[in-house]
Formats: sequence, structure tokens, C-alpha cells
Amino acid sequence: MKKDITIVLSGEAGQGIKTVEKLFIHSLQEEKLHFFSTSEVMSRVRGGNNTTEIRIGSPVIQSFKESIDVLIVLGKNGTERVQHRLHKDSRIIGEEKNIPESIATSFSTTYVPFKDIANEAGNPVLTNTVILGYVLGMLGLQQKIGKKQLQKTFKEKEEKIITQNIEALKKGYEIGKDAVIKIDLPRTKSTPDKIILNGTQAIGLGAIAGGCNFMAAYPMSPGTGVLEFLAHQAETFGIVVEQAEDEIAAINMVLGSWYAGGRAMTTTSGGGFALMEEGISLSGMTEVPSVTHIGMRPGPATGLPTRTEQGDLMLAVFAGHGEFPKIVLAPGSLDECIHISQKAFDLAATYGVPVIILSDQFLLDSYSLTEKPDFSDTSYKKHITKTTKKFETYKITENGISPRGVPGHGNGFVCVDSDEHDETGRITEDADVRTAMMEKRLKKNKLITQHVIEPTIIGDSNFSTLIISWGSTYGVIAEALENKKIKGLAYAHFSQVFPLPNITKKLTEQAKRIVVIENNASGQFAKLIQMELGIKIHENILQYNGFPFSIEHITSVIDSELSRISKK
Amino acid sequence: MTTQSTYELPFKVDNAWCPGCGNFGILNTVKKTLAEIDIPQQNVVFSSGIGQAAKLPQYVHANYFNGLHGRALPVATAIKASNPELLVIAEGGDGDMYGEGGNHFLHTIRRNVDIVHLVHNNMIYGLTKGQASPTSQRGMVTPLQINGVSLEPANPLAVALSYGAGFIARVFSGDTKEMQEIISEAVKYKGYALIDIFPPCVSFNKINTYKWFKENTYYVSDDYDNTSFEQALGKAFEKEKLPMGILYKNPDQKKSFTEHLVAYKNNSKALYERTVNTKKLQELVDTI
Repeated sequence: MKKDITIVLSGEAGQGIKTVEKLFIHSLQEEKLHFFSTSEVMSRVRGGNNTTEIRIGSPVIQSFKESIDVLIVLGKNGTERVQHRLHKDSRIIGEEKNIPESIATSFSTTYVPFKDIANEAGNPVLTNTVILGYVLGMLGLQQKIGKKQLQKTFKEKEEKIITQNIEALKKGYEIGKDAVIKIDLPRTKSTPDKIILNGTQAIGLGAIAGGCNFMAAYPMSPGTGVLEFLAHQAETFGIVVEQAEDEIAAINMVLGSWYAGGRAMTTTSGGGFALMEEGISLSGMTEVPSVTHIGMRPGPATGLPTRTEQGDLMLAVFAGHGEFPKIVLAPGSLDECIHISQKAFDLAATYGVPVIILSDQFLLDSYSLTEKPDFSDTSYKKHITKTTKKFETYKITENGISPRGVPGHGNGFVCVDSDEHDETGRITEDADVRTAMMEKRLKKNKLITQHVIEPTIIGDSNFSTLIISWGSTYGVIAEALENKKIKGLAYAHFSQVFPLPNITKKLTEQAKRIVVIENNASGQFAKLIQMELGIKIHENILQYNGFPFSIEHITSVIDSELSRISKK
Repeated sequence: MTTQSTYELPFKVDNAWCPGCGNFGILNTVKKTLAEIDIPQQNVVFSSGIGQAAKLPQYVHANYFNGLHGRALPVATAIKASNPELLVIAEGGDGDMYGEGGNHFLHTIRRNVDIVHLVHNNMIYGLTKGQASPTSQRGMVTPLQINGVSLEPANPLAVALSYGAGFIARVFSGDTKEMQEIISEAVKYKGYALIDIFPPCVSFNKINTYKWFKENTYYVSDDYDNTSFEQALGKAFEKEKLPMGILYKNPDQKKSFTEHLVAYKNNSKALYERTVNTKKLQELVDTI
């Protein structure tokens, strides 16, 4: 019997797909089921066609799947963009008027008058609840779990609204039950130690754990979510949150805050980051730390505002004029989003350098279950010194790191300058001081590379073929490798992409064949590795259509690599 | 009380200004005024950008963040928001503040950040050697505007008023007594305070000279009502002779930026003194 299922909700913007998604995935968690839910939306507020794909199955599932088992059509344009993803056993469910006859006759189609049922339950806005009930019934799940979610969601509302929703759920459930799908979904042992998060929430949680107490940003999809997440937590955790007038103001506010002792962050996407670059350079020169989150989306320019890509790696790595150390991180899972976001603050404070976190729309907007983080003994070093009268902001030290003072804490003065400066922070054009200061700043690279976040390595330690990826492609590759005999092959996922971990040299030297998978057009990480290590990359697996890699695509890549190995 | 000498640097620095520059008058008066204000010297922070004017903090014994061209205001905003105890002075020239940093000028006023904003408005670019600034007069010939400036000069005071600034003043760089009084008032004012200062540029501006400023400016009289928005607006648009003094001081003081921040609702500590509340963080994880 089938052990997993892919359900796609397809409708227009503003129809409430996100509401169904939220109620449904929380019901799945209650049912001890593992899921992965990913959305793709058009850049508009109303109309168009948006879809949310919810995959249910084993905990291995953590990627986008092309092939749809059940398509639930919510609006008029709900079939056109996805029909090529249907297979011979796919089911289509929806109102008759929303499903073109040609499609309805080609697949197993069930007409369900969701809206009429909602009206019977008391209100057409209950359509989404009817759909929730239908899906729960169709999957043979418990109605009472859906009921619990509704009670939780609408607990602030009047009794009538809750009663109507429960009625709508029941009506949908009864019809769904008649169309039950025979499926054996694996239950996880226990779920209290797991929580539902998307990448945005995970990065926000990590930031708070890292001591983030200042956030300034200009809204830009898909980075805005982190700004809004922290705005909601501002009072509880004492975080200064400000919507800046532009990205230039945002990064300069971040630097002003760190200078005054805050732990500050900004969030944006590639276009906004392009405006911040001078500020990144300023962070390098002044040695005032900064944490910048870039939620990548396809460029150039405005590109595809609501879609996904890994196209800004080079932008981040080479951000800012002049030469200075920086750290670029790229989490690949929810767990990494939490811990890398947290770690970013520590790295920035420790070294006094810009730290950039690269995520993307796919990672930020996808929901899944992850281990509940334990923050009970979370602590961090502030790396702040109480200054004395003799304090010098840019004191030259052996490792290049000067003790960090903040104004108003101690008797000294903290003087930072974007011009080249001497130890007191005063402008200088002395060639010897310039050389000494360049060396002081660049010296920090040595320490940084000694304390990198190591790549995750899966597979055969005696590998000859090495697959490399970074950031959000982790989930799909890890899933594709699961339950496969991977003799001769290993996979290295990098969540620190710059500076490259030292182990990269050893890994790439062992490999006879190196395949780099990345969601961009020019193989940016492959180029970075080639540049840093001078080695040959044998194959680039690339995609740049605005969508994440599908499990089917990556499975075929892995299979062909494995068959290449076995033929040898 | 600190004494004036404490704002003098205890070490020698090479001053980058031309002999006779109007900036010297501002520097001396700023140091003198700060010395007479009852605030720990360690709590005084300058935020400046780039330009000859923006070098002023280099020559004062206090904290400073000498950042990028045009960006002193967002930096100043964040410093104040991260530690409201600090006296934050944003400082720079007309190109820095009204040109490159124009957008920040508008929005810092809207935020009503409790800072003192000193703008050395010499109506010319000095550091880049004599090009027009946003406040250069029409017709001024420069190495770049060879047929004379054709743009309408910016009116920063009218802009500031229309964006809701509560304290607006103008002063001549050589008028120590007046400037001292204005800066002291601006420091006391709990909100954004703009001081537009006229320092003649002796090297590049051959029109707006010491003599020109003497002949084309005047101080508003003692009976001028600086609490009247309408009167202030009228003053801002006077062109024949430029009015100086405290032109506007809104008696209905609005809440300042920091007073609105929920980050300080339950906790008055500066950000550097805080640590994360792990108990609440775990609660958030449990309820997310």
C-alpha cells in the first residue's frame, strides 16, 4: 500500500489557501504524521494562481515533488498551470465550474460543491473549512482533530462562528469519507518534541536566541517575514524594531546599533542587499559587527519577486568595495536556520565582521516539523569591554581583534571611522599605519577559518564521487539519498559557504568526480570552490526557472551518478 | 560639571580644514557648549558622514561614528535607540545631509529622534573642490556648473517644518554666543532638533563669504514668537535676508522615537546591558 501522498491546493490569491494549509498541517501534527508543505505564489494580491503542496509520509520527506496525487481546485485558474504534473492515478477534486471538461475527463475527477455546502453550514466563507473536513475524511484521519484546530484558531471569536465552522468541517468530512483513499501513512513515535516551523520563523527564533535586540529593515520579499516575526516579539524580548526608509538606512542603523552595544540584524533580498553593499564595506572597515539576512529570489533586478533561486551567492561573498573579512552562511534545514541564525550573532560579535545569512523563498516559506529547540541554557558572550581612559578602538593585537568598547560604558571613548584610521580611530594617510591596519583586519580570517561551521557529510567515506550543495538544496538531496545504497558516493552540504571550511580541500582531493547542485544558472558555488582551491568541477546540476529542485529531478541525478559508479 | 578643556583632545591631530574656514567657529563653540552642559562626557556621541564638515568629531574628545557619506542620520537614530542615555549629535555638511542623505533627513524628522542635528550649510562642496551643493544659489558658476547653477536651491528649513520637526534654528558660524544658546536649547529639546549653520567656505565659495553672510542675514527679534508654526514657515521662505535664531520650537512636544519603542516598555536598560530571556524564548517555542 502507498505510504505517502502529495496533495496540491490550487486557487487564487486571497481565497484562503494559507488558512487551509495552517489548519491542515497542525491536524497532521496531531495525527503524528510527518509532512512537508511548500507554497508558490504569484506576485499579486488578488487573483492569479497560487498553489500549496502538502506532502505526507515518512520523516525523510523534505522537498518539493513534481507529481501530484490529489489536486484540490479552489478557483477558475486552478488546473491550467499544474495539469502537466498530474499522473494516471491522480485525483482532481473541486467545483464543476472550476474544472475544464477536457481535464475532468482525462483524470479521476470528483465534483464537490464546496461553496454550496458552506452555505448550508451557514456562510460561504466556510468553504475552506469544508475543504479541510473533506481532506481529513479522504485521508481517513480523525474529524475531532480538525475540530480541535478550529476551536484553537477561532477561540477569540463568537460562539456562532465556531459552531458554524464545526458544522462545515463535519459536512466536508462526511463527503470526504465516502471518497477515502487507501493509504498507510507512517506515524512518528511521538511529536511533542517536534514543532511546526517555516524558515522565516526558524531564522527569527535563532536570532532571538543569538541575543538579537535590534532589527531595522525595508520590506522586500521574501525577507520581510523575519522583520515581521521580530516585530511581533519586540515587546516580549525588548527588541527595537524599525521599518527603515530604505535598505541603506537599514544597514547603517544596524551598524549604529552594534556600535552602541546592540545586537542588530537586517533582512532583505538581493535587490535590497545591492543597496546595502557600501554598508557591508563600512562594517568591514569600522570593524563594527553586522548580521544581514538575504532571502534570495530570482534576479536580475526585480526578477521573479515571489519565487526562489540561489543566485546571490557571489553577490554576498564579494559584497562591498575594498578587502576585508566576512562570513557567509547558508542554512539548509529548519534546524540549521535556527542554529545558524543564532551563531551569526556570535560570529559577528567575536570577530567584528559582517556576517551574511543566505536563505531563499523556498526555505523561508516552507513548513515542516523540526526538533523542538532547547533554549533553556542559551547564553552568549557579549564581547564588550568596559573602557578605560586609555582605551583605543583599534588597538593592534596579535589576532587582529581589538577589545570592543561601547559609548557610555567606561571612561574611554569609542571612535570608529570609515576612513583609514590609526589605533585611536583618527583619520590617517600614513602608509605604515595603513599597511598595519589592513593586516590587522585581514588577520582575522585566520581565526575565522579555524572555527568554521563544518559541512554535513552523508554517504560512503570511501567515496570517489562527491556531490556538493549549499543552503536550501539540502532537503531534496538528503531525501533522494535516503534508502539508497550509496557505495562510492558521498554528499557534502555546506552551511558555511565563505570562507570555505578547510576540509573542502581534503574532500575535493579525494573525489574523482565532483557534481555541484545549485539553484542558479551559472554554478556560483562551483566557481567559488574552483577559485579557492583550483580544482575541477565535473558536473553542474543547475535550475533557474524560479522553482526549487523537485525530488524527481534530484533522484534521477543521484541514480545516474550511482549507475556511473557501478559501471566502473 | 565638566570643564571646557575636557573636550579638547589630549593628543595632537592634523586638522584638515583650510585656514579661515567657518568650521573652526563651529568646532570651538560646540566644545565650549558641551563643556557647560551637565552630561557625562562619556555619554556624548557624534555621528557624522563624509565631507570637510563631517570631520569635526575627529577634533573633539568624545565618542564618534564617522561613517559613510549621507548616512549619519540612520546611524545616529540607531545609537539613540540602542542607548537612550546618550546625547547623540548628528553632524555634517549640506551635501552630506541635504543631498546624499536627503531621504534620511526626511524620515529622521518623521521619527522625531531625540538628537541634535548640526548642518554646516556653506552652500558649496568643499572636499570635492567646489561643485554646487543642494543649497547653492542659482547662477553660481563652479568648475562643474560652468554656466551657473540652474537648480532651485533646497529649502531645508521649510522641508523640516513640513515634515514635522519640532525645533528649527539657524545661526552663523562666527556667532559664538548665539550658537551656544541655540545648541544648549537643542540639547534640552526632547525630540529632533535641526540647527542649520552658515560657515563660509573660504576656498571655494566666492559668493557666500563672511561679508555676504553679514549683509544677508539677521537674527529674529526678541518679540518673535517661535512657537508659531505659521510664522516659522514664513521665516523659512524669506529670501531677501535670511533669518537666524530659534525659528521654531513646538510647544506641544510630541513623543520622541525612543519613547515609542516597545523595547523600552518593560525594560529601561540600554541594549548592551541586556541578555535574552531564555524562559520566555522557551515559552515562545512551546506556543509557536
